[in-house]
Amino acid sequence: MCGIVGLLVKNPELRAQLGELMLPMLIGMSERGPESAGLAVFTEAVGAGRRKFSVYSGSATVHWAAFTQEAIRELGADTAVSVQANHAVLETAAVPQQVKAWLTKSYPHYHLLSVGQSIDLYKDTGTPGEVAARYAFSGLQGSHLVGHTRMATETAVTPERAHPFTAGEDFCLVHNGSLSNPYSVRRKLEPLGIKFETDNDTEAACRFLEWRMREGDSLDAALEKGFDVLDGFYTFLMGTRDELALVRDAFSCKPAIVAETNEYVAISSEFRSLAKLPDVKNANIFEPKPEQVYVWRA
Amino acid sequence: MASVMLDPLSGVAPSRPEGASITFDLSTQPLRRLNHFLHHELPEGNVRVRVTNPDGAHSIAVGVNAPIDIDIEGHAGYYAAGMNQQARITVHGNAGPAVAENMMSGRVHVKGFASVAAGASGQGGLLVIDGDASLRCGISMKGIDIVVAGSVGDFSAFMAQEGRLVVCGDAGDALGDSLYEAVIYIRGRIKSLGADAHEEPMMDRDYAQVAELLAAAGVHHDSKDFRRVGSMRGLYHWNADATQEY
Repeated sequence: MCGIVGLLVKNPELRAQLGELMLPMLIGMSERGPESAGLAVFTEAVGAGRRKFSVYSGSATVHWAAFTQEAIRELGADTAVSVQANHAVLETAAVPQQVKAWLTKSYPHYHLLSVGQSIDLYKDTGTPGEVAARYAFSGLQGSHLVGHTRMATETAVTPERAHPFTAGEDFCLVHNGSLSNPYSVRRKLEPLGIKFETDNDTEAACRFLEWRMREGDSLDAALEKGFDVLDGFYTFLMGTRDELALVRDAFSCKPAIVAETNEYVAISSEFRSLAKLPDVKNANIFEPKPEQVYVWRA
Repeated sequence: MASVMLDPLSGVAPSRPEGASITFDLSTQPLRRLNHFLHHELPEGNVRVRVTNPDGAHSIAVGVNAPIDIDIEGHAGYYAAGMNQQARITVHGNAGPAVAENMMSGRVHVKGFASVAAGASGQGGLLVIDGDASLRCGISMKGIDIVVAGSVGDFSAFMAQEGRLVVCGDAGDALGDSLYEAVIYIRGRIKSLGADAHEEPMMDRDYAQVAELLAAAGVHHDSKDFRRVGSMRGLYHWNADATQEY
């Protein structure tokens, strides 16, 4: 079992409250996923030629001041680092290969969680309440976000196996369910040079869909191919720079519910995590249909 | 009727004049208090229980065995009104997965839509859904009657053994797959029939039954607009020649 939550604010004035509006949604899914939680938030894009890198230091003793000094020395004087507990978001004009090479050399035990112009990503073990407090989720701002609470059925409980998973740039995916063919998907992608970082089934879906989009498919088209290729149980919620997307498998054993008003679109595994949203009593509430692609634009 | 709040701290039901209604506010009172009251503390006579701020909680009013009225004033989560006997339970909102699962008798009325597996394994009583029902509505029903004013999702009435499923809208894929002796009446389109299900002619008795169920559900349609789906009974016996192709 796991919980998924997604929120996209249509009214730009609500972007400052995105984290605050989302927090009861994530906490409301604690029973579905009490052991890990994570969240990707999509913010205003950084300037042309610049990117953000979300870095997780794990249990390593963190000396972020030294990390920042070294980042500026290695990646350029216009590199900036903002820190929250053992996560840091590094913004730089350096290209991803350069950043990855530096991290691999100097901080081999750190995890690079996301890369992009809009995405910031936080995930860790702990209850959703603990993780949200650790990384100050209530203060997050942006146009949309994708969150997850995890109760592991596939693979171990570790920060890197928490959701969201990312692939490429400005793309993330969370999953409630379990795939039955992640290894065959993986065997198809690895010869194409696509590298996996964990043994988790969800990572296979994330990398498959990102690969399809890199090959030119729209998100919709990639998801249509996903219905044919990905076997198992799933409700997937995905974020791109300007979209929030939702699909369920043909049997729809894993729940999902959507509440939409003029101000926002909110998605969750269950209504109980939407119940505290403003004006939800007047929202258009519906259950997404199996094998239908739902996409909302920020 | 006077509305009386249950003391949220002591959880004690106040003394109640005959026919009074009792309100449980789930934003201040634990669900277990409500269900314990329904199982063990009901006074004699007519009782109307209001449940406010349900906010999608699971297992609201499960296992009731008394001829009382229960109004759930909002959206319910998983298993609302499960295993009901005798009670008349209304969800004034949407219901989560497996509403009225394994109902024995009584009546459950969902004013909004119902999620998957509505009325699963139900053995008796009437389940009315004013909106749509999602996948697997009436799966393995064993005598319950279900009236859906809207449409039903894929695999509805899967392995249904006894009882009647009335669908006023459309049905998804694999309607009535592996049916036993339950009967489906449907007014709209069927995306596809499941293995061993087929359309059968409507007899006078069928029209009368549909009219009776629609009236009981408070849904207004002409029974002449409904078709009957039943079992071909081809799966009752193992057929080695089928080589697993049905």
